[in-house]
Amino acid sequence: MNDSVSGIGARVLRREDFRFIKGQGKYVDDIVLPRQTYAAIVRSTHAHATINSIDSSAAAAMPGVLRVLTSADFEAFGGLPCGWLVNNQDGSPMVEPKHPILAEGKVRHVGDPIAVVIANSRGQARDAADAVMVDYGELPAVVNMKSAIAGSAASVHEESANNICFDWALGDKAEVDAAFAGAAHVTRLEFINNRVSPNAMEPRCAIGNFDTSNGDYTLYTTSQNPHVIRLLMGAFVLSIPEHKLRVYAPDVGGGFGSKIYHYAEEAIVTVAAKLMRRPVKWTSDRTEAFISDAHGRDHVTTAELALDADGKFLGLRCDTLANMGAYLSTFAPCVPTYLHATLLAGQYKTPLIYAHVRAVFTNTVPVDAYRGAGRPEATYLLERIIDKAAREMKIDPAEIRRRNFIQPDEFPYQTPVALVYDTGNYEATLSAALAASDYAGFEARKAEAKSRGKLRGIGLSCYIEACGIAPSAVVGSLGARAGLYEAATIRVNPTGSISVLTGSHSHGQGHETTFAQVVAEKLGQPIENIDIVHGDTARIPFGMGTYGSRSIAVGGEAIVKAIDKIVAKGKKIAAHLMEASSDDVVFEGGQFKVAGTDKEIDFGAVALTAYVPHNFPFEELEPGLEETAFYDPANFTYPAGSYVCEVEIDPETGVVEVCSMHASDDFGEIINPMIVEGQVHGGLVQGIGQALLEQAVYDDSGQLLTASYNDYTMPRADNVPSFTVDNSVTACTHNSLGVKGCGEAGAIGSPPAVINAIVDALEDYGIEHIEMPATPRKVWRAIHEAKN
Amino acid sequence: MPSVSMTVNGQAVSAEVDGRTLLADFIREQLYLTGTHIGCDTSQCGACVVHVNGEAAKSCTMLAVQADGCDVTTIEGLSEGDDLHPMQTAFRDNHGLQCGFCTPGMIMSAVDLAQRNPNPTEAEIRKGLEGNICRCTGYHNIVKAVAQGAANMRS
Repeated sequence: MNDSVSGIGARVLRREDFRFIKGQGKYVDDIVLPRQTYAAIVRSTHAHATINSIDSSAAAAMPGVLRVLTSADFEAFGGLPCGWLVNNQDGSPMVEPKHPILAEGKVRHVGDPIAVVIANSRGQARDAADAVMVDYGELPAVVNMKSAIAGSAASVHEESANNICFDWALGDKAEVDAAFAGAAHVTRLEFINNRVSPNAMEPRCAIGNFDTSNGDYTLYTTSQNPHVIRLLMGAFVLSIPEHKLRVYAPDVGGGFGSKIYHYAEEAIVTVAAKLMRRPVKWTSDRTEAFISDAHGRDHVTTAELALDADGKFLGLRCDTLANMGAYLSTFAPCVPTYLHATLLAGQYKTPLIYAHVRAVFTNTVPVDAYRGAGRPEATYLLERIIDKAAREMKIDPAEIRRRNFIQPDEFPYQTPVALVYDTGNYEATLSAALAASDYAGFEARKAEAKSRGKLRGIGLSCYIEACGIAPSAVVGSLGARAGLYEAATIRVNPTGSISVLTGSHSHGQGHETTFAQVVAEKLGQPIENIDIVHGDTARIPFGMGTYGSRSIAVGGEAIVKAIDKIVAKGKKIAAHLMEASSDDVVFEGGQFKVAGTDKEIDFGAVALTAYVPHNFPFEELEPGLEETAFYDPANFTYPAGSYVCEVEIDPETGVVEVCSMHASDDFGEIINPMIVEGQVHGGLVQGIGQALLEQAVYDDSGQLLTASYNDYTMPRADNVPSFTVDNSVTACTHNSLGVKGCGEAGAIGSPPAVINAIVDALEDYGIEHIEMPATPRKVWRAIHEAKN
Repeated sequence: MPSVSMTVNGQAVSAEVDGRTLLADFIREQLYLTGTHIGCDTSQCGACVVHVNGEAAKSCTMLAVQADGCDVTTIEGLSEGDDLHPMQTAFRDNHGLQCGFCTPGMIMSAVDLAQRNPNPTEAEIRKGLEGNICRCTGYHNIVKAVAQGAANMRS
């Protein structure tokens, strides 16, 4: 821990907070451009139907309506691209149907965009959208994944008669089967990882603008990665070169993955702005968000764990159906494959693993990465089946995990599922979690609860995740169609203040504080002199954005690399000024010093010299002090931890109360503990939400029954307790900060801890599993079916 | 179109509005006070909470014309200039916000809660914030912030 008030390790209060607590944040929907028009989108009310005709004549005649656009207006443009190619087991590529901007002849999910009304006001646009008449030819809806692939279902896309997008596997099935044949015990679990909706509190919004004076486009959008949107939309959809397209994502009100992807509405407002010669704004309402933002999870899995008589894991095999929804969203194919199957070793030395994953098209909203993305599904699979095995073999759940942990002296550790973990100490986080949660004292609490007629249970979960998503060469070999590095520019201004241009994007993570702490520490400058600039392709050279807990591990390290270049140049300037050899110059606490002498010159003087180069080493250097670095890491980072949850169940009502949740994490080195704790708290509640409250529910006709907050149960303050969290540190070995990332851990580790606690509470009923979300109705029914 | 007159953040405003205009839209789109946010359209999330005649109200649940003659305070009116209301200070001191989108409504609800119950317990705070959804913080630090903010308001 650094003692400085603003450097690495300090609990610096957030600099961005002032504007948010004063109501002065600048979100996309707050932007009003001169002569702005409003777009409303006509969306399919059917899950699966042909579009026989669209009659927009009545809508076009309504007050304030300027234009109605249909797919014919987008014929010149491409479909929305998928950024990740996954191959089938036989090496052939996945089925990759066109994802049109507006539906072409057929709709494939409720919410599929069909037409766009542009009007002078939001209300006029929406009224007219309701008046657009679409004549549908209803088709059977494909909703349930098992039915979708059974052969008798309709086809969501002509290109895939059986609705399978890809049939992929990792591992040697024959070897794994042999391990099972020789096992003393086999545990089997079938389960669903429930479909959820990310629900960032700010609905998506996009404004397109076209400058007729120079042909420049600007897209203001709620994005986690504006450069990625510029690349995808500019290069693959609208054919707008980068230098004519600015994408600006100012303050963004949460993302959780849902604002990574390139969405149709971004292309719609950009095209419409040029057609109208006026800015065009679209703002989602909440129901639109439910039927157009990418959903998360939605796996149906059968898993089997083979163990020897001592509870040592011999092999794991699993078969997963992963819902892609109606179209392939930007990163959808990598989620159930490379972000899921590769994590199935967890914290354990399971020698043999086989994962079979079939991705399935259905007439539902596209599914893509949501906080954790594949890793929560892997953790849930592993931590549930291990818990079940422990119960069956009558081994304490903590003990069975310990017997199988990868040990601290075994790193770097090559798993059987492609990853190499660089560091970790799983016993440390488990011990910390068990001590903090008084695991040993649980039986007394259980007995006390029983005296009140309540069923108390305790549940454990030990997660690992692969974060800091990169390296480019590796992800490229796995099908990524982009590089996954990060870029940063350090611009030292003439009087010594510093502008940091980062390709990471902050939408709640606090980068304006955390990144500034890194720069303050490394350059020895007051934090007030440092400004973090993000979110604007016009100001930032390049970037891959924020997702996969990559901002500090990749974006932060890119900033360090750029700082290193600044310091190296600064040393040469300082050496010239002090008439010393640059080899003898050291940089400490904001001062360039000649080692072994009392000669020194401060950072500000070097900066001024770089811009007022009256006495400057021109033969060696150019004036100015600005450096850019692209950082492409050598490996993923591997945060890990142990979570302990305690619940009480009222057997009369089935209501589950989360009494306590403790999180012990290893995120490597920590820049700002306050912000890290906040990330964990938020993740925990998203995980508890998935475990107890949240589910996107479709009926058999493909209608989304949970399309507002009246029906979709968001966690509220009175649904959850306060938490206890702690950290232990094994530093990441391949970045200089030693950081691993912390954004997703809470959402990854908590769902199995909650369900394990519920199953523990219900052990007297012989209940082996409860599906998420464990609603009172589900729990009550399980209790009563067990009684009968 | 009907006309409305009200006091917003101490200033008298009058305007003609479409009869169906919600108070939230009037505040955002006609007064350009964009600190009041709209997160759900069904009066569930509380991002739009303002004070109407001193009490918290979800401004997406009221028509602008229903606020005719009322005294409305939005997040922008809670403190002046660089000053902060004690509840705003408490939210920052306790890291009670992340993306900031729910924050204005959350603070306006918290001020109302503390005015009605100056020394709330954790359970009372959690119950009192039941109408405000935050997706980022897990509520942990918001609860701490409201307890401290209420204490700050008492002193």
